[in-house]
Amino acid sequence: MDATPLTDVTGQKRFEARPKVLRRLYAYVLAYRLRLAVAVAVTVGSAMLNLLTPHFLGVAVDQAHALLLAGPAAGAQRALKITALIVVTISLVRGLLTGYQGYIQEYLAQRVGADLRLAYFAKLQRLSFSFHDAVHSGDLITRGMLDIEGVRGFLETGFLRTINVTLLVAIGTAGLLTADWRTGLCALSFVPFVAWRAVRMGVALRITWQRVQALNAVITRRMEENLRGMRVVRAFAAHAHELAKFNHAAAEAVRLSALRISQRSRSVRTMNLAYYLAMALVLLVGGQRVHHHLITIGTLTEMLTFMTVLQPPLRQIGFIVNAGARASSAGARLFEVLDFDPVIANAPDAVDLPHAPAALQFSDVSFRYPAAAPGRYALSDISFTVAPGQVLGIAGPPGSGKSTIAQLIPRFYDAGSGSITVGGIDVRDLTLASLREAVGLVQQDVFLFDTSVHDNIAYADPLTEEEEVFGAAQTAQIHEHIAQLPQHYQSRVGERGVGLSGGQRQRLAIARGLLADPQIIIFDDSSSAIDAATEVELRAALDHKLQGKTIIVIAHRLNVLRNADEILVLDQGRIAERGTHAALLAGQGLYADLWRLQNQGAA
Amino acid sequence: MSGSHGGRNLLAGQATHEDERIFEKPGAKGGVKRGLGRFFAYLRPYRRRACLISLTIIAATLGQVALPMAIRQAVNSAIGQSSMPLSHGILLFIALAGSNALFGYLQEYHATQLAQRVVLDLRSAMFAHLQRVSLSFLDRTQTGRLMSRLQGDVGTLQEFLEQSISSLGDVLLLLGIIIVLLVMNWRIGAITLLVLPVLFIARLVWQPWAQRRFRRARDASSTVNAALAENINGIRTVQESRREDHNFTQYARKAEDNFQAAMSSSRAAQSIVPAVDILTGIAMATVILASAGAVLHGKLGAGEMVAYFFYVQRFFDPIRSLSMQYTIASRAAVAAQRIFEILDVGIDVQDKPDALPLPAAPCAISFRDVSFGYVPGRQVLHNVSFEVAANQTIALVGPTGSGKSSIAALLHRFYDAWSGEISIAGVNVRDVTQDSLGQNIAMVLQEPFLFSASVMENIRYNTAAATDERIIAAARTVRAHDFIMDLPHGYNTMLGQAGRNLSIGQRQLISFARALVADPKILILDEATASIDSFTELEIQEALAVLRQGRTSVVIAHRLATIRDADLILVLHGGRIVERGDHGQLLAQNGLYAKLHRSSRTSFDDLLTAQ
Repeated sequence: MDATPLTDVTGQKRFEARPKVLRRLYAYVLAYRLRLAVAVAVTVGSAMLNLLTPHFLGVAVDQAHALLLAGPAAGAQRALKITALIVVTISLVRGLLTGYQGYIQEYLAQRVGADLRLAYFAKLQRLSFSFHDAVHSGDLITRGMLDIEGVRGFLETGFLRTINVTLLVAIGTAGLLTADWRTGLCALSFVPFVAWRAVRMGVALRITWQRVQALNAVITRRMEENLRGMRVVRAFAAHAHELAKFNHAAAEAVRLSALRISQRSRSVRTMNLAYYLAMALVLLVGGQRVHHHLITIGTLTEMLTFMTVLQPPLRQIGFIVNAGARASSAGARLFEVLDFDPVIANAPDAVDLPHAPAALQFSDVSFRYPAAAPGRYALSDISFTVAPGQVLGIAGPPGSGKSTIAQLIPRFYDAGSGSITVGGIDVRDLTLASLREAVGLVQQDVFLFDTSVHDNIAYADPLTEEEEVFGAAQTAQIHEHIAQLPQHYQSRVGERGVGLSGGQRQRLAIARGLLADPQIIIFDDSSSAIDAATEVELRAALDHKLQGKTIIVIAHRLNVLRNADEILVLDQGRIAERGTHAALLAGQGLYADLWRLQNQGAA
Repeated sequence: MSGSHGGRNLLAGQATHEDERIFEKPGAKGGVKRGLGRFFAYLRPYRRRACLISLTIIAATLGQVALPMAIRQAVNSAIGQSSMPLSHGILLFIALAGSNALFGYLQEYHATQLAQRVVLDLRSAMFAHLQRVSLSFLDRTQTGRLMSRLQGDVGTLQEFLEQSISSLGDVLLLLGIIIVLLVMNWRIGAITLLVLPVLFIARLVWQPWAQRRFRRARDASSTVNAALAENINGIRTVQESRREDHNFTQYARKAEDNFQAAMSSSRAAQSIVPAVDILTGIAMATVILASAGAVLHGKLGAGEMVAYFFYVQRFFDPIRSLSMQYTIASRAAVAAQRIFEILDVGIDVQDKPDALPLPAAPCAISFRDVSFGYVPGRQVLHNVSFEVAANQTIALVGPTGSGKSSIAALLHRFYDAWSGEISIAGVNVRDVTQDSLGQNIAMVLQEPFLFSASVMENIRYNTAAATDERIIAAARTVRAHDFIMDLPHGYNTMLGQAGRNLSIGQRQLISFARALVADPKILILDEATASIDSFTELEIQEALAVLRQGRTSVVIAHRLATIRDADLILVLHGGRIVERGDHGQLLAQNGLYAKLHRSSRTSFDDLLTAQ
């Protein structure tokens, strides 16, 4: 199975504190002290009442038995009526308490579930690109969906029930031993065995659950990729192939689940058998003691009914242990993400970048992607300076490192060596928020959110004035097209942005980038699908709008770069040539060759 | 037909733009029982196993029902009211407990196996169905929402099945206890059983009220999960736009909604608990009071009384656990309904019963008077007719939305035309199997999609028979070999999600190689070179020339440079063919094509916008 743990792909230290997972989960519950206190009080109350019932049933049997032996007596009849009344009252209060207990335990579980959800969400947003490069989104979604659900399920069904069972056994032990310790011991004889089985089952189940969860991530990924790549699947009529891939993983999941369930079932059934054997022992020992008048028939009834009170919790132990095992491995998967060091974070003494024009400088920057082969550098010894009001052009074949330069500037990755400064300050000494606010990056690959055109453009700041959105769209040469859409700016562009051509989507992304009004703006091949003529108009509009800004334009169509103050030609992560358009043409190198090629090719 | 009804609802749902919940239509009440009913149809293939399970359930339950009788026997021996020695009663008790454990295990083991298989079948069916539903449905449905059905709802059903088997035992246990109670002492039994109608009425009131809350809780959870999924998929844009805080606030609101819905569902579920408990108390009190009289008249001994308490308690056990089961069952019914909504999405395109594979002849293509639209009333293609001889290249040009891609989709029969006829090699595409169409047609799309698998597997994709050599040869042909060899493990490099570790151009080269390995007779290039950068574009053009050799090709482009040498160029506008001919003829016609060619613009979109 290709379900590698996060740590293996991201190269960080493995999260090892598995046994502590449940304790950490309890810490989340402890945040709701008051509710928890109420919950525990209610649980204690309902457990006590649960234990009172057998006692009064025992009393009733003794009273009835006395009636049988002594004949009718008004006092005895009345006593029976009172006992009946007590039993009803106990049941009433117990029912209310049990219902409230169920509610409050779900409250705690849902609250903690929501807390975990938010913590998880917030963490994912802070983790750097290198993390998201390495971890499949399907895996992250599984953790956010199924694993949080697993943790929540345990807190709901397991947490307070554990208290409940413990209380029942503890208080019951005291009561039974005072009533008649010999028979009482018999009644409790199954408890140690059950405890031992439960612990063993927990260990076995936790291992199985880990495998189940990893497999679930694989299945999620298969399904997600299938849905996202549906056009390819259809185009190659590959449904049989896809179905086989999916079924393979799903069948494995079934096999594992069967294993998990038979583990659970075997344990639960042997626990049950132990329980019944203990009951047989109570009957044998207690029966003989009743026979010899050492205890009353009522005491024996109390013992036996006490055991019936224990039966539902016993049935639940299987679920509790199972849920606990699931929660501890699901929780470990969640904490693995929550504990992940974001790598790129504010330095302790980070300063805000002043809101003013800022020069950008690369000095001897080298960089290697974490997952790349050793020694394969994406960038080597890159140095350049761009002053406010200047344009730096970058050209080069695919994979030469153009986009890597773009992504280093807003610190989506950190350079391996060398330094990058903005406004004279090393980017690592700036607060991330102020740096990213100052740097706008418009990429070739456009992600459109499942919402309106307006909201997609105003993505960075949903409170932007309408006019500003229109203005940005006009500059990006997309306003007229939007005006032609059925619902104009309110038209929905959908998860995959269906209905817009590649060029239109790119112009939408440019509008989105402009709206944030950054000091440094980087166009990373962001007009590749826009045709040359529109691009000329776009460029003119941008020149006007972006006066005084620090601009980087990455393009493969060289005439886009013609007016740049300096052009870098990259090849395999190194600057192969640099200079102005004219100088590079005169240089007769790679740039000049390409220029000729491209201008010959165009009609 | 319920099926088409569901499909129409889905269509209707997407029109309301503000409503993110494409499927979540409010107040779907009646479907609950039907949902579970249809779900049980999936049990049919496992009838034998189900029978076996029923037998084990009966055996286990009989043991349980008989246990208190053994206790009665033992108690009566103890107080000297029975001649049978104490040990006999106890041996009987042990034997019953042992058989209960054995049959209980068998029952649970087989039942859960069954549950797992049924759930697998269901999930497979859903997955397989999604491979066939119309693409426009998938286009407008958030992947996250489908995922929450494929994962979350299937999980709920699984939980239900795992536990519902034991509730079958509970029902039997309840019946057994009722019978024994009545047989032991019919008067006390009858009084005790009086609580049942009360419980029944309480449930009738409770049920519809609770049901609504359960549904709302599931929908809210689906919404919050979809939001998480979208945020994860768009994380780069989120960070680039510094939207973290805003998104967090939005998500927090959804999470809070989800919390409130879950609590309201919990209130509903818990409100029935006290009712059951109070009734238990009343039943016990009844036994106590009635026993006073009965004991006096010698009709009831202490042993019977103890047995009665056992039965009354055991009597409410199944009721209580059935209540719990009912909550789970209600949730499961909602989940089943949501799953069947997917299975009910209509499949527009199906093989005819007598469909044949595409004949092994060279593939000429013909469209005769074809009209088509994705949504009724919104026609996209108007009477399109053209012919392409085998092994020729046809180019489709025109602005976005002019119908180019629709023509390609119809050729592959992703959709059926409203009218007119489309044939390949002289055979109507409706008369051939879709699989054979897929085997003979390869498409390269504007946005390359790669799977998280090795480069080798990505190129091989559906052509299982392709040898490694053939794959490498294909990669060489499309000029992908060199950069693949530069990857850390060459062809065995695992590609990240959607090939994230490659540039778009490189991803596109891999999809070209994939098409080449599939060795189709018809090749469709749908804006396939739009995202290839010009450093490689010339090389790609050569590779494409190789790719097109010996195949009928359909090239869609909005830039003209790529299609100049096509045998036939169709200029589409508003779903109609407005000009046709080869490059020279079209220039001579002095129409849209010529205008675009003359201007420096390379796209029809901008030509039209600028006008």
